[in-house]
Amino acid sequence: MDELLEILRDLHPDVDFEHCDDLVDGGILDSFDIVTLITEINDTFDVAISANEIVPENFNSAEALYELIVSKMDAED
Amino acid sequence: MQNHVLDYLDATVNRVPDKLAFADEEVQYTFRELDTIIKNTASCLAEKGYYKEPVIVFMKKSPRTIATFFSIIDAGCFYVPIDEEMPAARINLILENCRPRVLICDEAMREAAEKLTFTGEILNFEDIKEHSQDLEKLAEIRDKAIDTDPLYIVFTSGSTGVPKGVCACHRSVLDYIEQLSEVLSFNEDTVFGNQTPLYFDACLKELYPTLKFGATTYLIPHKYFMFPVKLVEYMNEKKINTICWVVSALTMISAFKTFDTVTPKYLHTVAFGSEVFPIKQFKMWREVLPEAKFFNLYGPTEGTGMCCYYPVTREFALDEAIPIGRPFKNTEILLLNEKDEPAVDGEEGEICIRGTSVTLGYYNNWEKTKECYVQNPLNKAYPEIIYRTGDIGRKNQYGELMFVSRKDYQIKHMGHRIELGEIEANVNLLPGIKLSGCVYDDVNQKIVLYFVGDMEAAELTKTLRDKLPRYMLPNKIKKLESMPFTANGKINRKLLKQWVLEGK
Repeated sequence: MDELLEILRDLHPDVDFEHCDDLVDGGILDSFDIVTLITEINDTFDVAISANEIVPENFNSAEALYELIVSKMDAED
Repeated sequence: MQNHVLDYLDATVNRVPDKLAFADEEVQYTFRELDTIIKNTASCLAEKGYYKEPVIVFMKKSPRTIATFFSIIDAGCFYVPIDEEMPAARINLILENCRPRVLICDEAMREAAEKLTFTGEILNFEDIKEHSQDLEKLAEIRDKAIDTDPLYIVFTSGSTGVPKGVCACHRSVLDYIEQLSEVLSFNEDTVFGNQTPLYFDACLKELYPTLKFGATTYLIPHKYFMFPVKLVEYMNEKKINTICWVVSALTMISAFKTFDTVTPKYLHTVAFGSEVFPIKQFKMWREVLPEAKFFNLYGPTEGTGMCCYYPVTREFALDEAIPIGRPFKNTEILLLNEKDEPAVDGEEGEICIRGTSVTLGYYNNWEKTKECYVQNPLNKAYPEIIYRTGDIGRKNQYGELMFVSRKDYQIKHMGHRIELGEIEANVNLLPGIKLSGCVYDDVNQKIVLYFVGDMEAAELTKTLRDKLPRYMLPNKIKKLESMPFTANGKINRKLLKQWVLEGK
């Protein structure tokens, strides 16, 4: 989770990712961010987030995003 | 002879008045509705005495904004679209440059508009679109219009920190639209899915052909560009068959394996430009749309939209680049080497544009205009302006034009043209900053800023948000104890770039 928070903070140093839960709906993350984020996540966690996982529900909070990552890491074991 | 872009609409509104012209999720206009709004709004501007001058458009992306553009032209003025997300500081620089007397905004941007250092009249689209029509006045204006009159100013990144306003006239837009439409085979069955912002000239490809052919343009909601599956579903729902997008938008879809889930069913024409299209991604698009036609387009804003095209018909190896191709008919590309002679046999040269497609110049900026809009060095007989793009190109073995590199520090990042100097200029103005050097990491597509100064990187990031548009914000900011210099006392950008590639 720390690694993910670091990636997120790199994008937006002034956002409280630990508590924010409307990252997409609130317009905090835009399309550049999503693309950058996915690339970083895929590289860092060695997963491959696929198109149908790129939906607002998975990106609205750091927690939701982390759950997605973990579930993919587990699935690929 | 057609001499005004709105002649397209006059013909179309008689032919297919009730056909859908422009739409997004909130607003839909048929050609007749559009025409009515234009006549109302233009009459308002004319009555207030605005004529042959710039009119700022400060509105969210919407068919309303498009209607406003056309209204302004109908009143014999020229539109200056401003990015609604642009920081006020930059907007103020633009206002200072073109000194408009009037600004049109929508409800959403009204508050922000009132906060600008603008002392002219602010008009609300919702109010003025209901104004009474003065057809006689509008006919008088149209009658006096000539094709070298300006129709828009589009601002581009300026290396000294001040944006440059590229001013285009009806003639160069007409020339572009006619040539582009023929090459891409637009017709009345074309259904465009617009991705590009309305405040750049990229959208000319959709706006005017829609008027010309009685086609339809959907403004794809921006949020769909974050969610590739939804994006393709939307395209299928609206039966979008033609797209002209920046490469980043296309690769976003293919890179996330969207095509495993859903494919664009109606798409038959895909034009792309502004960046290099990685062959690996291109092949994914090609595979999923074997019947579609793909075109690479190239051209700076100063050349009115795009000036060159390349239909992708042959196979490319993974390490090859797609050519820029050849100029549109009625435009010539000169490749001038360092001696200002035509490059020969695959020699590299600066890409220069000759012809009607060259725009009028940078508005109220004679100094910058003179630098790039110059007398054709191959013509000693009479005044002839060519535009020096600053792009280096060469012809390959098939005679196709290839892009090689930039001459200077202009970059393309996520489809946006950015002068690294503009970023540096803004950083250097901040109190506590001693020096800055900005470089581009092409491999990872990141803007990296190195600086020497009294603040911390995090604080600098935050401050820059008020100065620069989102897409110009550096992706990585690194504080240095001291800046490396070359023997000439200039910032050693080559070394900075090396550091970036080494990950320092």
